[in-house]
Amino acid sequence: MTGVSRRRILGSLAAGSVALAAPSIVRAGAGSARVVIVGGGFGGATAARYLKLGAPQLQVTLIEPAKRFYTCPFSNLYLAGLRSWESIGHGYDGLRGVGIELVHAQAEDVDTRLRTVRLSTGQTLGWDRLVLSPGVDMRWNALEGYDEAASLLAPHAWKAGPQTQLLRRQMEAMEDGGSFVMVIPENPFRCPPGPYERAAMLAHYFSRHNPRAKILLLDAKDNFSKKGLFQQGWKALYGDMIEWVGLTDDGLVTRVDAKALEVQTAFGQVHKASVLNVIPPQKAGFIAERAGVVDASGWVPVKAESFETQRVAGIYALGDATIAAPMPKSAFAANTQAKLAAAAIVAELTGRVPPVASYANTCYSLLAPGYGISVAGVYRAEQGGIAEVPGSGGVSPANADAAFRAAEAAYGESWYAAISADIWGR
Amino acid sequence: MAFSQFFVRSLIALVGMGLFFPGPARAADLSDDSVSILAGNCVNCHGPNGLSLGAIPTIRGLNEEQLRSRLMAFREGRAAGVTVMTRLMKGYDADQIAALAKWFARGETP
Repeated sequence: MTGVSRRRILGSLAAGSVALAAPSIVRAGAGSARVVIVGGGFGGATAARYLKLGAPQLQVTLIEPAKRFYTCPFSNLYLAGLRSWESIGHGYDGLRGVGIELVHAQAEDVDTRLRTVRLSTGQTLGWDRLVLSPGVDMRWNALEGYDEAASLLAPHAWKAGPQTQLLRRQMEAMEDGGSFVMVIPENPFRCPPGPYERAAMLAHYFSRHNPRAKILLLDAKDNFSKKGLFQQGWKALYGDMIEWVGLTDDGLVTRVDAKALEVQTAFGQVHKASVLNVIPPQKAGFIAERAGVVDASGWVPVKAESFETQRVAGIYALGDATIAAPMPKSAFAANTQAKLAAAAIVAELTGRVPPVASYANTCYSLLAPGYGISVAGVYRAEQGGIAEVPGSGGVSPANADAAFRAAEAAYGESWYAAISADIWGR
Repeated sequence: MAFSQFFVRSLIALVGMGLFFPGPARAADLSDDSVSILAGNCVNCHGPNGLSLGAIPTIRGLNEEQLRSRLMAFREGRAAGVTVMTRLMKGYDADQIAALAKWFARGETP
């Protein structure tokens, strides 16, 4: 088959004759097909690399506004002063080097009939398969008083970038013996253990620079990831510096006054902060909504065996934007979802048998240098959706010794180096 | 007749390999693509192609039988000084573990 006729086949695909054109792709081979990926984080960048590994002739285009991607994992260590800002940043030269086309732009809209995506540059790209890995967007005003303007006074710092650096500056400038207040949302949200690791990392910083500081956690729920381990570690490492208030004890914040740095709880109690960190309710990144793949929850339902969206054939979604419970919204989870989706797409485009789905997660949290804890799980596709493999998974033991905690701290750092290299090449 | 011949042959083969474990995935069902997916779960801690970049052990190029035994020991909670590996390996059956041991011993890449 000649290149010209391949392009004609892809043209017919773009015109929407999906059922007729799909077998043509199989005949033409994956080399003639184009996969566009939106989002260059843990899900999207992994998908790009593994699509190219699985089918080198495939045209793979990755759309990501940032020229350098700063990771949420280890951004708490930056806040603590344990990592430099640049050490959590990753460029895209490694992906370019394996033949992936990088487009630094914002994806603004998706036409599912014409199979195109429109970019902030005005450019429109055609695709045979589209992979959306847009992460989360904040639900502005879902928590009264907390909108984008408020986040410039009371940062969420839940996307690594200027928000994280703003929070660090506020920590440094906090008055002696001041009160750091963190507002924590109901599930589901990005990185379930993240707020509690952050509390420990703040305490590590304050215990050195502002030892009379207090950290108050106001939580919309009564339970959280690795709760027993966090509470044990906070106490052992930082005494009474961290106070956690759950839903039952009036931890649910219902109103934020970012100018006054005050929050009000469901029972009307007002807490005044020196530094206010509001982690608001979240939803899938807006491009998922534009593509019509989200449900009423604001997240993307996917097929458990492929991460193709349930709503639109040919569009896949990965990572924090998806409904993948019991898998958490984590970097590790997004990475394994991306590998499976990439293999499923390559199998479909080349007429091969798709692989059996298997996913995993391991999330390390650092409570202090040399003190780490973890949660892990292995998952598979079942008829009702994604399920944890019975007997697998769980958290670090409560009674572990110092050597165990030190090993998990070192493994967390080793994990970060490994997954970064797996994705960005370093 | 055909069925019973097949059954006997299969049983001999399985007993001969010492690989008669209950579980959803048989070794024969594990295509290279499926093993590649299982291996993908390992490398984001153990490093690209199983070559570690830190304190987590490298698994590429280890002796296949030693690696398989070690992974089975994790799975069965028999290994000492383990952090996360017991929790993870309980998620894989003996056939999957054997396939992973072969994958990393041979230095396969995705």
